[in-house]
Amino acid sequence: MSARTASRSAANTSGASGSALIDEAVVRRALDAALSAGAGFAEVFAEDVRSTSASLDDGRVEDVVTGRDRGAGVRVVVGDTTGFAHTADLSEAGLLAAARTAAAVAAHAPAGAVRELALHGGGQLVRRRPDGEIDPSTIAKAAKVALLGRADEAARAARLEGTAPGEGIVQVAARYSDSRRRTLVASSEGTFVGDEQVRSLFSVSCVAKGDAGLQTGRETIGRTAGWELFDAYDVEELARTAAGRALRKLAARPAPSGTMAVVIASGSGGILFHEACGHGLEADLVAKGASAFAGRVAEQVASPLVTVIDDGTMAGEWGCYGIDDEGRPAQRNVLIEDGVLTDYLWDHLRARKAHRPSSGNGRRQSYRHLPMVRMTNTFIGQGTSDPDEIVASTERGIYVAQLGGGQVNTASGDFVFGMTEAYLIEGGEITEPIRDGNLIGNGPAALGAIDAVGDDFAMGGPGTCGKDGQGVPVGTGTPTLRVPALTVGGTAA
Amino acid sequence: MSTPVSTAETTPAGEHDLLALAERWVGQARPGEQLEVAVASSTSTSVKAYRGEVESFTSATSFGVGIRVITEGRQGFAHCGTFDEDALADALADARDNAGFAQPDQWNGLAEADGVAPVVHDLWNPAVTSTDPARKVALALELERAVLAGDPRITGVRESSYGDSAGEFAIVTNTGPRSVGRSTSCWLSVSSLASDGSETMTGYGVDVGRDPAALDVERVAADAVERATRLLGGKPVPTQRLALVLEPRLAATVLGIVAGTLSGEVVLKGRSPFGERVGQLVASPLLTLVDDPTDPRSLGADTWDGEGLACRRNVLLDAGVLQGFLHNSYTGRRSGTASTGSAVRGARSLPGVGAQALAVTPGSGTLDELIAGVDHGFLVQSMTGLHSGVNATSGDFSVGAEGLMIRHGQLAEPVREVTIASTLQRLLLDVIAVGGHIEWLPSGSGSAPLVISEVALSGT
Repeated sequence: MSARTASRSAANTSGASGSALIDEAVVRRALDAALSAGAGFAEVFAEDVRSTSASLDDGRVEDVVTGRDRGAGVRVVVGDTTGFAHTADLSEAGLLAAARTAAAVAAHAPAGAVRELALHGGGQLVRRRPDGEIDPSTIAKAAKVALLGRADEAARAARLEGTAPGEGIVQVAARYSDSRRRTLVASSEGTFVGDEQVRSLFSVSCVAKGDAGLQTGRETIGRTAGWELFDAYDVEELARTAAGRALRKLAARPAPSGTMAVVIASGSGGILFHEACGHGLEADLVAKGASAFAGRVAEQVASPLVTVIDDGTMAGEWGCYGIDDEGRPAQRNVLIEDGVLTDYLWDHLRARKAHRPSSGNGRRQSYRHLPMVRMTNTFIGQGTSDPDEIVASTERGIYVAQLGGGQVNTASGDFVFGMTEAYLIEGGEITEPIRDGNLIGNGPAALGAIDAVGDDFAMGGPGTCGKDGQGVPVGTGTPTLRVPALTVGGTAA
Repeated sequence: MSTPVSTAETTPAGEHDLLALAERWVGQARPGEQLEVAVASSTSTSVKAYRGEVESFTSATSFGVGIRVITEGRQGFAHCGTFDEDALADALADARDNAGFAQPDQWNGLAEADGVAPVVHDLWNPAVTSTDPARKVALALELERAVLAGDPRITGVRESSYGDSAGEFAIVTNTGPRSVGRSTSCWLSVSSLASDGSETMTGYGVDVGRDPAALDVERVAADAVERATRLLGGKPVPTQRLALVLEPRLAATVLGIVAGTLSGEVVLKGRSPFGERVGQLVASPLLTLVDDPTDPRSLGADTWDGEGLACRRNVLLDAGVLQGFLHNSYTGRRSGTASTGSAVRGARSLPGVGAQALAVTPGSGTLDELIAGVDHGFLVQSMTGLHSGVNATSGDFSVGAEGLMIRHGQLAEPVREVTIASTLQRLLLDVIAVGGHIEWLPSGSGSAPLVISEVALSGT
């Protein structure tokens, strides 16, 4: 069972050692310095990020901002202890200083023999680029800024049938951003590879005003892609979607409270799995006993309708990359198959302790951070039910058309996620809109209870996943599905 | 165990160096151009302990520069993560170029001196940088040991950590303001795991200060132990309306969201539910809320704001009546008033508007006394989904919660997997008690426990 939009293209590899962020000889000397105190593992992670953003608010292009951030983090592992230091100075002197600092944690360990270091990969780029990628840095800022004005105009012109006079969109914020992130990873295990990740994002947030106060609507597109994104997506349509959400909610009633059936629309609803089980399947949390899924491999942990996949190779998706931030190629990992837990997600350190390979999920926010186990694009596979039939067979409940994020306590498994566009289901039909709020459930219980999965799989919008203070881009996806009982956090009886 | 003895390789540039660097680049301003350079440098240490060993030890120095250019009402900004001369030259050129693509706004402009005298704080404690790294490691290890020994039901510690940072910040403009400051801070935090054999609960403890020797290992450990163990056996309860009791840390979280709606930026752009309500009663008369970075008791205390103006005391709510909003120089100018010294920023971002030392005026009673006065209620221990279930524009408020039921003034059974919901507007009006003791929190807030009547709890 696999997602039908999960198109994959082979990683493009290009011999680009000439453009590596750091020269091979310098990397070699930095690793030697890092290993000099007898470390078992050393790694240099270098990064160069260029970003551009432009924002419009209150009818005016307010700011265009550009940024450049480059540097390297050096990690040294002795026994179970990791030493880490970073520097914005990519010169040999800067790298050696960081390497010595990181190695200092091993100062009391016996000095090991200096090892002969063999590096493989020649620092070549392992890119996973979409066909026809257009580098955003080749596009004039004026063209990027022009998108904002078009979105603003479209949002302000949006009307819904039945919108009362005096009701309408009163505020619009639009934001464009792109980034180009080059990485290089070299380690004492011989890794010497790089990656280049280009991401583009556009979002529109609207405020609508009516008799009952203010309401908001938001829509975002984001792809691991360049400027060609805007050939495929119409920012005016995006703006109308955001505006429509805000306008519809002007008539929204308070969300109900209590436990009821919840139908989650295809696309952004994938956040449910990111929270309900994704984090709990991260090997670092599992190893520390902080996961409700610890020790449960090969057990039935979800409904047989549920297959959960984390796939960093999905070209173009927001959580995609060529290599992870430890130099390991991205992989497609099946975590739960037909309800049975098959594997966790792994980074280098956790995999090494478990004597198995990493699953390509070692990621970090920047060179200033240590890598840890992270998701990429997490989704559940295609089902067989007709999505309309799922709604029609629900007597009473709510239909969540857009989710706004979530949070999980991996130890207890309790998770919340926010609804930013939702409706009542009454007598098998979607009826009135309801106001924003959270839903709460327990991961293993909710996964086990899912009783319908649709045949309309779609990936959702871009997300930023936060863990221990680090944010990384992730994707989520799902077909329409139903959880028979979740607690809806409203105020109405 | 190996004892790390690492220290930062590079010490940060001294105050005068930062100021000199910023002044040198501001000196490149062209005629008719407003130019602001913000420069930051910090060193930090982070130690994580796990099962009696050092899991990781991080030592690092970071730099940040942000250059803002305003020409003919158009604003441009660029930033970089280094003091490298070429990178700074690129950033200045980029900021100028970027300004050309923004639309002009008559209210754009850098801050101008407003005569408010700074309240100078000494926020620098050399103990943070001079403490032996071995001592920092020992603190993280001691904390883990104290949690593990705290209760037989504690099964582990997810993370026990010590961290510190020492940072310097300079802002120089060619319109007048010119400021430099430095500060240190250090903290201990721990996340504990407790189990009764069938389920695992977590508890969190934290302490923040300016002196590593003053961090309270025992109190942080006891907090994490109590919070995890008292939730064991917790279950959802039926959907009902009841009184909420918020401990100071959670009261501060809710009041912080409210303060966000009182930022001039949010108000001017029509995104605040309180935008047109100055002078009106928007909260219980028991509630007086100020943002006062001149109060040295706050960990958010500061001398200068993010545009180089003196920080000052701003009253937001006085006995429930909305007094006004927080402003930076742009929002102050545009709203026909002036900056309230409330620009907040990092070097690599444009100045926003926000509270940094939000505090309530104390009422009366301890937390225990407030609980004793509640017949039917819920003591909230943690809230989740604040980013996903709170809409600061519409005011809708819905969060996941864990805690303890209160029956007839006594703490009763543990509760989890429920939500609590209201609106920000109602929560403020429904405050029926404010505790008598202010607790100064890691966030910089000074908060007392609050009791809020008639909140919807959603459960089974």
